[in-house]
Amino acid sequence: MHFGPHLLLAALEGLVTSAVLALTALGLSLVFGVMRVVNVAHGEFFMLGAVLAWAISTAIAGHPAIGFVAALVIGPLLVGLVAFLAEWLVLRRLGYNPEGTIVATIGMLYIIQQLALSFYGPEARPVEPPFSYRILLPWFGYSGYKLSVVAASALLLVLTWLVLTRTRIGLIMRATQYDRETAQAFGIPVERVYAGVFAIGAMLAAIAAVLIVPISQAHYLMGQDPLLLSFIVVIIGGLGSLRGTVVAAILIGLSDGIISMFFSPTLAKIIATLVVAMVLVFRPQGLFGTTQR
Amino acid sequence: MADKNGFFDLSKTTLSRRTALKGLAAGAGLALAPGFVRYSQAQSSAPIKIGFQLHRTGIGAAYGRWYEKTSAAAVKAINDAGGINGRKVELVIEDDGTDPARGAEVVGKFAKQHKTDIVFGTLFSHVVIGSAPAAGENKIPYFVVSEGHHVASTKLNRYVFQPGITDVKSQIQSMAPWIAANAGKKVTQIFPDFAFGYDHRDYLPPALKAQGADVIAQIAIPPTESSFTKYFPQIPAETEVIYHVMVGPAVLTFVKELGEFYGSQRPQLFGFIDSLEAVDVNSPGLEFLDGSHFWEGSPRYAQPDDTAAQKAYRAAVGIDDNGAALGDPKDVSTAAHMFGCWETLYVVKKAMEDAGYKGPEDRAKLVEATEALTEFAEGPEHPQGPKTFNGKIHQCFGIQNISKVEGGKLKVVHKTKIEDGLYEPEGDYTTQAL
Repeated sequence: MHFGPHLLLAALEGLVTSAVLALTALGLSLVFGVMRVVNVAHGEFFMLGAVLAWAISTAIAGHPAIGFVAALVIGPLLVGLVAFLAEWLVLRRLGYNPEGTIVATIGMLYIIQQLALSFYGPEARPVEPPFSYRILLPWFGYSGYKLSVVAASALLLVLTWLVLTRTRIGLIMRATQYDRETAQAFGIPVERVYAGVFAIGAMLAAIAAVLIVPISQAHYLMGQDPLLLSFIVVIIGGLGSLRGTVVAAILIGLSDGIISMFFSPTLAKIIATLVVAMVLVFRPQGLFGTTQR
Repeated sequence: MADKNGFFDLSKTTLSRRTALKGLAAGAGLALAPGFVRYSQAQSSAPIKIGFQLHRTGIGAAYGRWYEKTSAAAVKAINDAGGINGRKVELVIEDDGTDPARGAEVVGKFAKQHKTDIVFGTLFSHVVIGSAPAAGENKIPYFVVSEGHHVASTKLNRYVFQPGITDVKSQIQSMAPWIAANAGKKVTQIFPDFAFGYDHRDYLPPALKAQGADVIAQIAIPPTESSFTKYFPQIPAETEVIYHVMVGPAVLTFVKELGEFYGSQRPQLFGFIDSLEAVDVNSPGLEFLDGSHFWEGSPRYAQPDDTAAQKAYRAAVGIDDNGAALGDPKDVSTAAHMFGCWETLYVVKKAMEDAGYKGPEDRAKLVEATEALTEFAEGPEHPQGPKTFNGKIHQCFGIQNISKVEGGKLKVVHKTKIEDGLYEPEGDYTTQAL
């Protein structure tokens, strides 16, 4: 294949990766930004979204699009509920102690993973895409659904940004992120904000998973890669910075697509990890992060 | 450190005498529990225990589930007919997570804790390679159903056997003439980036060369990969045949993305059914496979010329004419491989009877009796077809099927002969000490 089309395909693949990654990493970044805790179970919320998408779409008969839309609505809501309960039952009792939260979320990771293994099974199961349209380019064909994932993700990112900057809920979240104690002094129910943010973070991961599951199937171990990549993105972008997360996701996704296509996927991972190391050494707060007060 | 609540302060909790006593009592209770009582019954009536190293989880899970079903069906058939040497057969299952390190642990567990008579049933080649030394150290016969060439390469040890399924080198050698004659001369290979894939990488080029065809590109893909489009641009434009063999949870994504990439304007496709094992040929997005060819160890779909033995085997395992579970047409089996479990268990039965096998003390005799086997006739015990067995390299040889996707089914269009797959032995296990 010639260089031009080759690059185009690499960029398209990279964009799909970026789109899913941006949503997933945004969830992680939001939780860190507002709550100042690291959620190691984030990848499992992603996996849970995919597994639920399978369960919901197979339970609903008729055109695959109906099942998919139902999964896109119900799946993330259920995952949000699980996260909400986990926050209430575990994280709150730990007083959001940073180290305690890491250990607790590692525990959650295993619990969710093993529950998925017990009830869903070890198989990879496909979810039918809502539509299957093959875009025919002169050099190769490309899945129309994949491009729609990019569009859907962009839409959701804009929506999240609007909520954070233009609504009262967003204002409260930002206030809590800026200074927890002052926010509390002004009557903001910080604990409820935390629970909400934790649930929204998990829901973003779940939405990303529902979008990707018609492309790659639902599997109980699928949460590992997104978790690692989300951490990479969040560290590069700057912990808690929304803009940084999105920029870093696009950067990592595109470079992953292009490097893995022209060289090898392993090299892409090596470079991403190297970038993380460099960022940590030379700009510990991340590209767009602000220094901690 | 902000450890305000003292979660990590170990000094906070001290071990009281009462707790320590409780722990001791619980430990003693466990040791006295029924599971720890040593089996004191006479050996003649105790069941023969077969340690089943099963891929219940991990990337081999789809195969594992069907390996379990097939083996359970074979054990039931053997027990219904009186067992082995008049003793019942019992499968003791341990999950290895399709992981080589855990595989070796599982073999050790079978030998030391469960004290099974043999270990059986492993598929994924990296697990076999990782577990084989443990079988050798524990001197426990290890019957794998793996396809890989590693057993026949004589690089493992005298306790490892593969009597129920042919190896990749033999499969490739017998099919290369058909590929070169019917599909095309310029071949691009796509294979998984681990031991099993390397057999394909290493043995296809010389086998095709001998037929006047060439491998023009080789593309290795990690078996845990979840997205494949990025590899396809590496396929050279002049490719006449794509020879694909993938494994892992994402095989459906692999074939689907191949279809999206090429559509109907594709080169010829020759695949190992591994790329589609446990996946419905009629899944949406796979229409482009129509007219392409697959290797199958044993055909997934019932064929018009199926023998009575093949029909009985399918019924016993519980698969319908489309190779899916009876009652659940969506639960597609791994028919091309799982017959190997059935046949291996019957080989074990024959060898144990030949050896007059009584218990673990006869394991060496069992090894020698297995090595003495030479052929297996087609029939209820070997429904896939007749086989020969080379005791020096611990490997069987049999027929291969080439099937064409036609009308949403796989139709066998060519069967190779046993002789097509024979090669010069690369060593001799029987010279190793027992």
